[in-house]
Amino acid sequence: MTKKVLIKLKDVWKTYFMGDQKLDVLKGINLDIYEKEFLAILGPSGSGKSTMMNQVGILDTPTRGKLYLEGHDISKLTESQVAQIRGKKIGFIFQQFNLIPTLSALENVTLPTIFQNMPEGKRIARGEALLQRVGLGDRMHHKPNELSGGQQQRVAIARALVNNPEIILADEPTGNLDSISGKQVMNMLTDLHSKEGKTIILITHDIQLVRYSSRTIYLLDGEVEKITTNGKH
Amino acid sequence: MIKDYLYIPWNEIKRRRLRAWLTLIGVIIGIAAIVSLITLGQGLQNAIQSQFDALGNDKLFVTAKGNVLTAGLSIDAIKITEKDKEVVARTSGVKRVAGMIYSTGRIEFNELIRYFFISGLPTDPEERALVGESQSYHLLKGRFLEKGDKFKAVLGYAYTQPTLFQADIDLGQKILIQDQEFKIVGFLEKIGSPPDDQSILIPLDAYQDVFDSGDELGIIIAQSQLGEDTLKVGENIEKELRKSRDQKEGDEDFSVATPDQFAETFNIILDIVQAVLVGIAGISLLVGGVGIMNTMYTTVLQRTKEIGVMKSLGAENKHILYLFLVEAGFYGLGGGLIGVTIGFGFAKIVEWAFLIAVGPAFLSVEFNVPLIAGTLLFSFLIGVISGIAPAYRASKLNPVDALRYE
Repeated sequence: MTKKVLIKLKDVWKTYFMGDQKLDVLKGINLDIYEKEFLAILGPSGSGKSTMMNQVGILDTPTRGKLYLEGHDISKLTESQVAQIRGKKIGFIFQQFNLIPTLSALENVTLPTIFQNMPEGKRIARGEALLQRVGLGDRMHHKPNELSGGQQQRVAIARALVNNPEIILADEPTGNLDSISGKQVMNMLTDLHSKEGKTIILITHDIQLVRYSSRTIYLLDGEVEKITTNGKH
Repeated sequence: MIKDYLYIPWNEIKRRRLRAWLTLIGVIIGIAAIVSLITLGQGLQNAIQSQFDALGNDKLFVTAKGNVLTAGLSIDAIKITEKDKEVVARTSGVKRVAGMIYSTGRIEFNELIRYFFISGLPTDPEERALVGESQSYHLLKGRFLEKGDKFKAVLGYAYTQPTLFQADIDLGQKILIQDQEFKIVGFLEKIGSPPDDQSILIPLDAYQDVFDSGDELGIIIAQSQLGEDTLKVGENIEKELRKSRDQKEGDEDFSVATPDQFAETFNIILDIVQAVLVGIAGISLLVGGVGIMNTMYTTVLQRTKEIGVMKSLGAENKHILYLFLVEAGFYGLGGGLIGVTIGFGFAKIVEWAFLIAVGPAFLSVEFNVPLIAGTLLFSFLIGVISGIAPAYRASKLNPVDALRYE
């Protein structure tokens, strides 16, 4: 494989201290995430999945070890640089949708562009186009509480795409959805991967979803148990 | 971009209207109190200034030093007398001069005793006219004091009401002042302030008799000649009086003042009173600021997860800081806007009440643009300053912990 490494985890440890108790949640993870792959990180609860997502999404820093994004050592960047990179390079999709309740669908979608100083005209055009694309062209000015779960998650997908990031990081995106909406969401992620060449990182406990991915990391007790490839790409 | 940093916080405030109103009340009370106090204080100063302006800028007042506001009530040894009046009359640039005196006196009528102001006024027509110009007396009925009058009295408006001595008083009746019988020859129109309306005017020589005040005067009023610089005439009078009283410059025990200088003295006192009141109102504004801080800490806590979401979407710490500072600023500015409206409205109502109760001369409330603009800026800053600590806390939240917060 000569593919470009987007994210590299090098002997990443994450340790939490609770009183005098020490808890290693990640125990020396080594992982390369390649450009344009559809990677599933699979594991039962307590396996360190969420902690893993925080590392990969550069929301958190390792206790020990190094994290590189496109070859840059994240620990050497300032808070605001990390935030800028996160906003530009990574689009997040959460299990709880995490839309801002006071903002309309369109305002939610364009929210990340504010932090990137995108001009207003461009922002609105882009937000509208994305909402059309996820099939919510007629729901743009609705507030999140006026939308169904599936619709909210589609708004969240549009939001994740608004800064045109290379990486989509989806944390249990179907966890709060019925099976039809869940399927819709997974199909959208698949399309983003196959048609637009986005790198998809899917974090889940649901082994059924592994079939969508090109490569799967099995996490258990903070360690990589095994890696499988589906050979789909 | 600025629009977004206004729009998002504004939505957050609207989301919890009750809390927003409760937070605003603290600021509203503080700002309303400050605006109404300052506006009323200025209204009072305006009214005083216009009263002194009405005296004309060609008048000068000579009083014993330290008694600017209590002329005639002097209990210390320093006195000005008829002799000083003659010195003033001889001074170059002086056209007319008049002396008068007043103090509280014992008044008896219908077997009741009261203590009110008694003024001793000159009966010479020219001198009386000069005093009349500076005191704005208008006759309701009867006549003024005239040359040759001795134990005659003109009574203030309050005596036309039977409440004062529980009896009707009318022209031609007798009234006892300092145990001396005076015949009532006239009544004055309403002036507006109770001390003025309760005062009694008697001839100066009658005053000197019943109060045994010799040739003492409470105040000498001088009018400068047309075309003369009143301040210059004032200096001349000072010089002449120094000479006749044998005093050095700077050691005078009398003072010569124009109406403007009198107004200044009043204004200094009003300013002090106002500063104290505004200071007290400022404390309530401080409480308002603490209210904003409390609300902002609560809102940061409640929106911890949203802060985490925004950070995951690429918000830097400073972006979060701005959003919460603007929200706190809105509370300050909003409270300021409502407070200014209420405060100014209250001042207008007080002005109206004064107009009904005592006449137009006492309060002239004006819409003061710099005051309003300054107050709004100040209230906005109170909000922002109160928001600094909560906003800083919000900005420093760890995205992982914030996202996990339920």
